[in-house]
Amino acid sequence: MIVDALLLQLGYNATLVALGATLLGISAGVTGTFLFLRKRALVSDAISHATLPGVCLAFIIMVGMGGDGRNLIGLLAGSAVSASVGLLCLSWLTRHTRLAEDAAIGVILSVFFGLGIVLLTVIQTMSSGRQAGLEGFLLGSTAGMLWADAMVVAVGGAVVLALILLLRRPMTLVAFDPEYAAARGLPVDRIDLAMMGLVMAVTVVGLKIVGLILIVALLIIPPVTARFWTERSDRVVLLAGLIGGFSGYVGAGLSASAPNLPTGPIIVLVGFTCFVISLLLAPNRGVLAAVLGHLRFQRRVHLRQGLLALAQSQPIYENLTLRLLRRADLVRADGVATETGRARAAKALRDEKRWEVVRADQAHEAAAALYDGLRDIETVLTRDQIVDIDARIGGPQGVGA
Amino acid sequence: MLELASTHGTVPGETGLENSPLVVRGLTVSYGQKPAVFSVDMTVQTGTMTAIIGPNGAGKSTLLKAVLGIVKPLSGQVQVFGKTLNAQRGRIAYVPQRASVDWDFPTRVIDVVLMGLYRQLGLLGRVRAQHMARATDCLDRVGMRDFANRQIGQLSGGQQQRIFLARALAQDADLYLLDEPFAGVDAATEKAIISVLKSLRAEGKTVVAVHHDLTTVAEYFDNVFLINTRKVAEGPVATAFSADTLQLTYGGRLATAQIDQLAQVPG
Repeated sequence: MIVDALLLQLGYNATLVALGATLLGISAGVTGTFLFLRKRALVSDAISHATLPGVCLAFIIMVGMGGDGRNLIGLLAGSAVSASVGLLCLSWLTRHTRLAEDAAIGVILSVFFGLGIVLLTVIQTMSSGRQAGLEGFLLGSTAGMLWADAMVVAVGGAVVLALILLLRRPMTLVAFDPEYAAARGLPVDRIDLAMMGLVMAVTVVGLKIVGLILIVALLIIPPVTARFWTERSDRVVLLAGLIGGFSGYVGAGLSASAPNLPTGPIIVLVGFTCFVISLLLAPNRGVLAAVLGHLRFQRRVHLRQGLLALAQSQPIYENLTLRLLRRADLVRADGVATETGRARAAKALRDEKRWEVVRADQAHEAAAALYDGLRDIETVLTRDQIVDIDARIGGPQGVGA
Repeated sequence: MLELASTHGTVPGETGLENSPLVVRGLTVSYGQKPAVFSVDMTVQTGTMTAIIGPNGAGKSTLLKAVLGIVKPLSGQVQVFGKTLNAQRGRIAYVPQRASVDWDFPTRVIDVVLMGLYRQLGLLGRVRAQHMARATDCLDRVGMRDFANRQIGQLSGGQQQRIFLARALAQDADLYLLDEPFAGVDAATEKAIISVLKSLRAEGKTVVAVHHDLTTVAEYFDNVFLINTRKVAEGPVATAFSADTLQLTYGGRLATAQIDQLAQVPG
């Protein structure tokens, strides 16, 4: 079943949903990256919750005009209008009052969502005969997805991606260094507003598939996941698009493979799985890499301290240090240094003396800045420089360098 | 004080200032109800290095930001090479304070320098070999060529400051405005930065820097601009950087003996 679903063999509706979810995942991941880089991820939560009153009002107006009320384009237009109002309120609050953005987000999010729920209740009593199905916008409902619905996602997503291609440079510059961007004459406020507008477009387009409560996950999880794997913003954008698209495709497939699995939440869970894998396994930024790196560092410190203690004939009390020295064949089981152990210890002590000279000498300032107690002095100074330093230290010159 | 307040004169009426890199008249900037910079006049000469000096909270950085349009002044005028700021954006380069950005941002050193070429690249232009060569040259000038592909989070404070300077160099501007370029950097970086700034001056460019280290003013700069919300003094180091003007700028914050010593530092 799952294989069939992933190969788009589960019928017309499932195929439409899978394609729509993939396209939505790509555009949400790419758009969300800029929000994430600008450190304003939660703004998307305010925007998405602010869509609800618009959906309800659009329904009421369309019914009032004698229509069916369930026209998707009409409902999405309504959601876009109220999300814009919410967005403008948010940016006004943060710019013209002393309210911090997080507090302003809390206010906008809850007030708009509350208003939306009130309107939703009104609609349910008002048109008792009609099944409005507006609750589907909360968590997405893909059961009755039509060709036209998929087209809305495809066209909307394509327009958003094209605009991002056009705005990627100014948006990246503003995200990294807004003051510098302003000094270059970039309209920072307008670029921010354009970015929010793109987020709003993705949100509106995605209402049908994942719903307004979970769209924030599709905007934020892919970039956060992608960040684990790369140190370049352009690659974060591409990877986030890939991860978003993958989550949408696999999530839609999984939910179609068994009855009664909700599409939107499954998509989010697939994205979350990618996140957890990255969190644990990513090189450099992953948890596992951090733990291993710490252990490796700890071993280097202990080994170095152990060698210095050996060189000065000081007793070693720490078990880890002794164990490491033994394992490296630097001391025997009874704690006495071996031949290589004595040579390495003497070298370690000599290097400490060399570092001392380097750190006291203005001429070696750049090299001295690299001292951390562990770095091999040969990686910092040339052979000639070391010979020169040894001449200044005096004493036996034969210690192996 | 009264004479300071009365200089709200307009620039076009003044003669001989048309080609001055930077002319500021009657500039007032306020955060809330408290002016950070009050009715300040400033005139910068071509091919000079000027230090903006004053105690903490004196409005030094604010003055720079207002000149660049980053903060909106309450009143006053700014002229850059005889025209409005917006007409001359391409001729100004800004080096912000190092701490003003997040150094964990996913970007490489070379990408930061390429931001300086924003205008040449445009919205859709590809980064070509000539752009890379230009950015690498600028890194070379600040001694950071070998760091081009490093992630910016791995840099020391001094190295961060140098790539900000390299980004400004990439703009090939005529007027360089720097906010505390020597704050918290190592001595090697300080040397590298000052030699770049002096080479800019030798090319006829103009440098204005917010500076906090009074002991190096005479050694590094031609002119000083002393500010403590209002302008206190402006002019060549030899005349404007004196015990009297420092006393007026810093008030009780510097011991008198210290001031006498500083003002006698040979240039």
